[in-house]
Amino acid sequence: MSETPTKRELRQWGDYLLNGFTFLVYVFMFAPIIVVILLSFNSSEFGSFPIEGLSLRWFEKLLANEVIIRAFLTSASLGILTALIGTLVAMMSAMALVRYRVPGRKLFSSLTIAPLLIPETALAVGLLLLLRSLGLPRTYMLLLIGHVLITLPFAFLVIQARLSGLGRTYEEAASSLGANALTVFREITLPLTAPALVAALLFAFTISFDNLTASLFWRPNGIETVPTQIFAMLKDSVSPEINALGTVMVSITIGLSLLAGAIGSRLASQAAAGPDN
Amino acid sequence: MTRAETSTKSRGVEVAKPWILLSPSLVILFCFMVLPMTIMGAFTLFLYVDIGVDAPDLGLRNWNVFFTDPYYHYAVWKTARVALITTVVCVVVGYVPAYVIATTRSRHRWLLMLLLLLPFWISFVIRTMSWIHVLGAHGAVNTFLMWIGLIDAPLEMLYTEGAVIMGLVHFLMPFAILNIFVSIESSDRSLVAVARTLGATPVGAFFSVTLPLSMPGVATGALLVFVLSAGSYVTPIILGGPDDFLFGNLIFETIMTQLNWPMGSTLAIALALILGGIIMIYSRYFGLERLTKGLT
Repeated sequence: MSETPTKRELRQWGDYLLNGFTFLVYVFMFAPIIVVILLSFNSSEFGSFPIEGLSLRWFEKLLANEVIIRAFLTSASLGILTALIGTLVAMMSAMALVRYRVPGRKLFSSLTIAPLLIPETALAVGLLLLLRSLGLPRTYMLLLIGHVLITLPFAFLVIQARLSGLGRTYEEAASSLGANALTVFREITLPLTAPALVAALLFAFTISFDNLTASLFWRPNGIETVPTQIFAMLKDSVSPEINALGTVMVSITIGLSLLAGAIGSRLASQAAAGPDN
Repeated sequence: MTRAETSTKSRGVEVAKPWILLSPSLVILFCFMVLPMTIMGAFTLFLYVDIGVDAPDLGLRNWNVFFTDPYYHYAVWKTARVALITTVVCVVVGYVPAYVIATTRSRHRWLLMLLLLLPFWISFVIRTMSWIHVLGAHGAVNTFLMWIGLIDAPLEMLYTEGAVIMGLVHFLMPFAILNIFVSIESSDRSLVAVARTLGATPVGAFFSVTLPLSMPGVATGALLVFVLSAGSYVTPIILGGPDDFLFGNLIFETIMTQLNWPMGSTLAIALALILGGIIMIYSRYFGLERLTKGLT
């Protein structure tokens, strides 16, 4: 019996060790970003340590920087268009592959997620080669098409998971009660898949907004997205403006994910009050 | 119109419907992925004449160069080494938080989960760039070490292979943690209790039950980390020195700077084939569904 307390002690120490290690991993994940945020408020001329004083001057400078504002608008429009097109196309093919018996279903879903498995550089080179064979210049359209291609697998997977999770019970019930196909889709399928559609939209927007590697291949001369602009600025030196931009982007990100969470729980409670339960 | 006619017509529409729904994605995937990859495959057989000029003089020259030139061997070896170290670090270090989150009974579990997902939403280029502030000559680590007087001159940590690996680990660790977490979470935890009542020590139960049951998650996480790090292009440029180029950088240089399309295509196809091969081996054992499950 005298052994038991030491064993328990040992276990306790093991738990402390595991929790401490986990804490360190979290520190590793977030400390660098916190450093960026801290430095963005540094009044020093240089975007690095030591911190000389607090100031918002780099945010003011950022707001006055037309190049960054333009990149921001490009990224935003690209992200919104990519999200809308990608989600629509993904919804259509998820409907086809989940709700109908299509021959070669497996092949089609593998094909849809293939852009995820092919290295981005290879996809990027491929599209450039296509343009070159057709003798076309790089345009905004190329970026849009490329981003839709890259985000399609993510949007598809999210919507497909929801659609197959739902089953067809509600849709069948509605059509047996006399609703036509359009009504079933509008009144049953669409509201029930809404959380997945919102998730797919946000997912696609973020992936497009964040994309750097492929965008560096595809972007036409004179057009910069936010990541390619930051990348270009990094080649000179880390200016304090980039830190300020980083802080702005992290804030938007956290805001967006909180918004997504709020919408998600709202829709979930609506669905719980609706036909789901 | 008779009833029979209407029903055959509507059956025709029913049959066509999934194809109509599928057509936009099929058009996109065929025109912008299948066709370009095919053109790229054909281009590997072309002859590079001069900057931006090539001739459809079919042959295996590019592949011959790829297999014999030590420059490319070095790039393949370096990419494999960096990706492998990144993978091992991500899986081994990431296992602990995954295990803790999956097994904790803490009230703050949701917070741990939220923080685990948060990095996926934070700008990749900002996350990568942030390491300049940590490892650089005026970065947090050097500033701190000089302040406490441990060193007199800043250590050279940035622009090395180590910095590249650090950046990749930072970017890819959440993928590993998430996949391992999912597999521990979805495994039958009562088996651990069974092992314990049969006399296994907590550590023994971990090695004989939890670890083997979580291997699919470990494999999925490892695959994702390996494939994404081996295909990376941006991290070596931001955090690496002049010699720290990976395969992706080689492709970009060959195509965008040298305008050598045939060789660039060969390199891109080679990368896609190597990584595709690894994914095929994985899917034979675990299935592709598992890979995509962890991503959503």
